[in-house]
Amino acid sequence: MIAEAGFAALWLAAALAAYQFLLMILALRSDVDVARPMRGVAVVQGGMTLIAFGMLMLAFARSDMSVALVFENSNSAKPFIYKVAGTWGNHEGSMLLWVTILAIAGAFLALFGRRLGERTLIAGLGSQSLLALGFYAFLLIASNPFARLFPSPADGQGLNPLLQDPGLAFHPPTLYLGYVGLSVAFSLAVGALLTGEVDSRLARAMRPWVLGAWILLTLGITAGSYWAYYELGWGGYWFWDPVENASLMPWLAATALLHSINVLAARGALKAWTMMLAVIAFSMSMVGTFLVRSGILTSVHAFAIDPERGTFLLVLLALYVGAAFILFAIRGATLKEGAPFELVSRESGLVINNLILSVVLAIVFLGTLYPLFVEALSGEKLSVGAPYFNAVAGPFGLVLAVLVGVGPLLSWRRERRAVLGQLKVPALLGVTALAVTIILAPELAILPRLGLAVAAFLATASILPLVGRNPLRAPLATWGMVIAHAGIAVALAGIAANAGFTSERLTVAKVGETLTVGPWTVLLQNVTPTAGKNYSALEAELRAARGADVISLTPQTHYYSDPQTETNESSIRTFWNGQLYTVLGKPDPSGGWQLRLWWKPFVTLIWAGGALIALGGALALFGRLWRLRRRKEPDWRARYI
Amino acid sequence: MKPKNQRLVLVSAALVAVLVAVLLGMWGLRSQASFFYTPADIAAGKGADGHAARLGGMVRQGSIRHAPDGVTIRFVVTDGKATTPVVYRGIVPDLFREGSGAVAEGRMQRGTFVADQILAKHDERYMPPELGNLSAEHKAGKTLEK
Repeated sequence: MIAEAGFAALWLAAALAAYQFLLMILALRSDVDVARPMRGVAVVQGGMTLIAFGMLMLAFARSDMSVALVFENSNSAKPFIYKVAGTWGNHEGSMLLWVTILAIAGAFLALFGRRLGERTLIAGLGSQSLLALGFYAFLLIASNPFARLFPSPADGQGLNPLLQDPGLAFHPPTLYLGYVGLSVAFSLAVGALLTGEVDSRLARAMRPWVLGAWILLTLGITAGSYWAYYELGWGGYWFWDPVENASLMPWLAATALLHSINVLAARGALKAWTMMLAVIAFSMSMVGTFLVRSGILTSVHAFAIDPERGTFLLVLLALYVGAAFILFAIRGATLKEGAPFELVSRESGLVINNLILSVVLAIVFLGTLYPLFVEALSGEKLSVGAPYFNAVAGPFGLVLAVLVGVGPLLSWRRERRAVLGQLKVPALLGVTALAVTIILAPELAILPRLGLAVAAFLATASILPLVGRNPLRAPLATWGMVIAHAGIAVALAGIAANAGFTSERLTVAKVGETLTVGPWTVLLQNVTPTAGKNYSALEAELRAARGADVISLTPQTHYYSDPQTETNESSIRTFWNGQLYTVLGKPDPSGGWQLRLWWKPFVTLIWAGGALIALGGALALFGRLWRLRRRKEPDWRARYI
Repeated sequence: MKPKNQRLVLVSAALVAVLVAVLLGMWGLRSQASFFYTPADIAAGKGADGHAARLGGMVRQGSIRHAPDGVTIRFVVTDGKATTPVVYRGIVPDLFREGSGAVAEGRMQRGTFVADQILAKHDERYMPPELGNLSAEHKAGKTLEK
């Protein structure tokens, strides 16, 4: 019954979405009063998807093997938390989660869509319901998560052990919340383009959504990076894998949008540009979903083997993005010009920020999709990896990091303050850092060296907006900006230090042997068999010493039987100035064990920086919402349920 | 600046930026994209020395040799038509074994493929993307021989 109830709830939600869209058309064509039930419909639609998702979760929690999806992706021997997390660890379940978040975002927009023009809110809710409708159709027609198996099998096929990790429980939902939060920005942009109400009021209403989605994307990317770092056992934190790029592209677009939306909110300028970014940001979310969920990444051929899903998603993507761009082409040119500004001004600074982010986005987009185009056109297979992205996008990143230190010091409209004078101290620190690395580490490569210098510059320059005023009286949004920008400096320092100073040791060691890596001496004490709940394992006992610090580490190799797989579980210890990272490899015929050791100075700054960036966003969001709360709402809302 | 002119400047700046990105991207892709080859491709002269590439095929039975340092291995990859020797220093992935599929990332150097990374069949259900096709062809070839 559980599966059937979920299936029925999904159908109901789809019907409500269709009704909601119809209401929008009628309301915009004739009388806005027609749309009175709209907010109620949006809320109930969100509730229905929540019920559908809850039912699927229940089926997974109970290991109901008569549901095909549970049979294929779960096993009754799995720990409970991974049974529940298994709900979204597969294609159908994750698409259901996607549309659930989409519908709930629509419900929240209906409930809290403050201070928007009445017609714009109606048009935005209509757009949101149309988005949801496409994905309901996708689930109901091409990816039914509630399909039954008859007769019901005794036990399930299990879940990829790599995915049996606490990271899995939170990572995809966080990213999805970010992806789909951008749908509201998309819908509001579409709504405002339809009604022509592109103004600072719209920007202020859209801003919390963009900020919220951006915070979650930042957290999701940071957490995903750390997950890959410790789970894969390769010592890397970013592989420029298409799946990673799929989350980076919406983030880049959302970062640009976040900055241009401030220009629209404060100055009423960059109207068309901001609307286009809102459309692009969610389009990138859909491109990401398409890349990950269509099977096209495995191969263009895999896409052709299962054409229904891939084609369905591609057609949805083309329809939504195409329609939004056509609307933009028709209405964008009719928007009034925004307020003027001079060449050196905060507005110009933000335009430059947007241009650089767009260039980086285009480079990542090109590199991610190029292999697909080449294979589709010529049948030749190729991959584009870190060398391309680092060489082509890296320098832009460094230039942007320098400008991040300058931009916030500029005033709106035209420059009135002596900005260069303020930057003396940071510039001096940057040059000093450069000189120090040249003297102390002459063999350092050029990018890590510049990275450290820029990080020193930005770390000090980013605090300047709080200097010369009472920091306690500065708005929360300013604090948020300062912390997020300082976070970029912190992350950059970590990236540069890891690239420049990591020491690695890969060797075979017998029990009792001592190895050195960086400042550490590591003793292999023993290798013993052990067991977990659904795997057996080998565990190495290592004792590492550096001066007075003595610690023990236990890297493991896990052997799973359902499905049959091995995984290397790294053992990592964190210190204030770096991480010691150890991996146990295979036994050697001579009786030794393969060991891989890394000493990674200041590598943790990478994720600390990511966390700071997200924290800055959270402060800004809180500050903005606090201010919005105190403003009066327009009186038309009283007329609705 | 007049608002009209301002819009013109902004639009042209955006166009120039996108153009720069595309040109840089195409230049980067030309020099950095790494192609996927089979041993037959290598035998046919593809895969210039020192240029990033990926090599895929089956690890030939009985070909894995361990070097004295314990972490360097040499093996031979075959696609049924030709063979390429591979050398790799590192911990091989979980399901890397003789007679099973693998993809090596690296470059050709004087007739040997020097791998930086090895990807193997992940579990019974997963195959490295490029091998999906290859093993089907391989099997088809074998059936024909019979």
